[in-house]
Amino acid sequence: MTLRQARIVSGGAPDGHLEELRADPIALMRRVRAECGDVGRFDLAGRPVILLTGAEANEYFFRAPDEDLDQAAAYPFMTPIFGEGVVFDASPERRREALHNQALRGDMMRGHAQTIADEVGRMVADWSDEGEIDLLDWFAELTIYTSSACLIGTKFRNQLDARFAELYHELEQGTDAIAYVDPYAPIESFRRRDAARAGLVELVGQIMAGRAAAGPPDRAGRDLLDVLMSIRNPDGTATFEANEITGMFISMMFAGHHTSSGTAAWTLIELLRNPRWMTDVAGELDALYGGGAEVSFQALREIPRLEAAIKEALRLHPPLILLLRAATRDLAVQGYEIPRGALVGASPAISNRIAADFPEPDQFAPERYAEVRQEDLVNRWTWIPFGAGRHRCVGANFAMIQLKAIFSVLLRDWTFELAQEPGSYRNDHSKMVVQLARPCVVRYRRRGDRQAAA
Amino acid sequence: MIRIEVDADLCQGHAMCELEAPAVFSVPPKGKVTVLDPAPPETERAAVEAAVRYCPTQALKLLDD
Repeated sequence: MTLRQARIVSGGAPDGHLEELRADPIALMRRVRAECGDVGRFDLAGRPVILLTGAEANEYFFRAPDEDLDQAAAYPFMTPIFGEGVVFDASPERRREALHNQALRGDMMRGHAQTIADEVGRMVADWSDEGEIDLLDWFAELTIYTSSACLIGTKFRNQLDARFAELYHELEQGTDAIAYVDPYAPIESFRRRDAARAGLVELVGQIMAGRAAAGPPDRAGRDLLDVLMSIRNPDGTATFEANEITGMFISMMFAGHHTSSGTAAWTLIELLRNPRWMTDVAGELDALYGGGAEVSFQALREIPRLEAAIKEALRLHPPLILLLRAATRDLAVQGYEIPRGALVGASPAISNRIAADFPEPDQFAPERYAEVRQEDLVNRWTWIPFGAGRHRCVGANFAMIQLKAIFSVLLRDWTFELAQEPGSYRNDHSKMVVQLARPCVVRYRRRGDRQAAA
Repeated sequence: MIRIEVDADLCQGHAMCELEAPAVFSVPPKGKVTVLDPAPPETERAAVEAAVRYCPTQALKLLDD
């Protein structure tokens, strides 16, 4: 059987679609599907990208073994962030395994839910009875604390302040698609990325110096940093220096940080744009917690309306809009050729809005997850905010528990309202790591039926 | 009779099932789920249903024969 060549999408300067990918990636990918169908192509810095959408092509993508579709080679913009030659330069699978086994197992989740609830409490402790927050700043800082506390330990988290979150944000901003040409191109966002990484190494180095001076930690309160600092070479010197440890921490926190932060912000925005749903969700939480339930218990159980709202925020605003792999050999999908060396993409932003699978795809309609419709389960290869199949996000469970814990605490004591035009909240797609665009302000007010903490 | 089906391709070892139904499921620290009792007694039904519901990857199915 002869294979067809995927059709190439219109547009593109002489050097391909890089500029459009940097300016408006969703419009580009939408056009690929409209013009080329399930299997289309655009060009990125001289490299073909075979873009797959729809259930059949997505199933191929998500079922493919790593030997065929390689993840590590597809994200060159991550190397300068994690650090080149850092000991954790292992395959993503190895890293995922290490991370998974320590912190993401089910039996850790109750503790995580309590930790997250406590962190929200600390963040709102200095709020007045009413005020405004920048959603990007606020949730990015909160999720630095939650992810460091849950993945590294509360001892380490308690040595961080807003500076760590600010530097981490600069790292995430250093993900311009120009990295597909040169990850070290002399552009401003890459300079800031490298300065931010150096700044994080310095902060971690200071924490390490403080701990070294304080002497051996008591066993009970040891965190991952203590463990890593205790590992010695045969000659007695420390195996890991601040640069390597910082690289490990950056990589452990990366997948769960901007994703959870953005999803929390979008869930709040969508609930405020759809007040009927806000009323429903707040009522649901009041009923659950009015009976005295603990967040550490309830966040692990079903909270159907809140979960449906989160799922719908994820469907409409997936934190990762384009998942990429590199083809390690000549492959084929739906009769189309995938040449060795090509990038292969699946797009949550496009697949999540296929009208045949998700009626009224642009509407916020959490009722689509209720029994019978269950559009997330029915469309397992196109409802893909967490990916799917064997590559489904290992942090998805943690993420849902985290989001449930965050809103359980926030909506218990506070009401919110939009401080801008409802349509003015949008994502900034100029970097591969998508973030809320500023301004993104909401107002909060202490609930009339809640007292300020004593 | 209750019967349990596992899609090992989907299991990521979260061990939520072990939390819900420890008599039926076991998940070793670096591995995927092991079904300790593939045809558990009726008294385990509620626990197995919870395990199926809370599996983060939908790798479990409860079948009635």
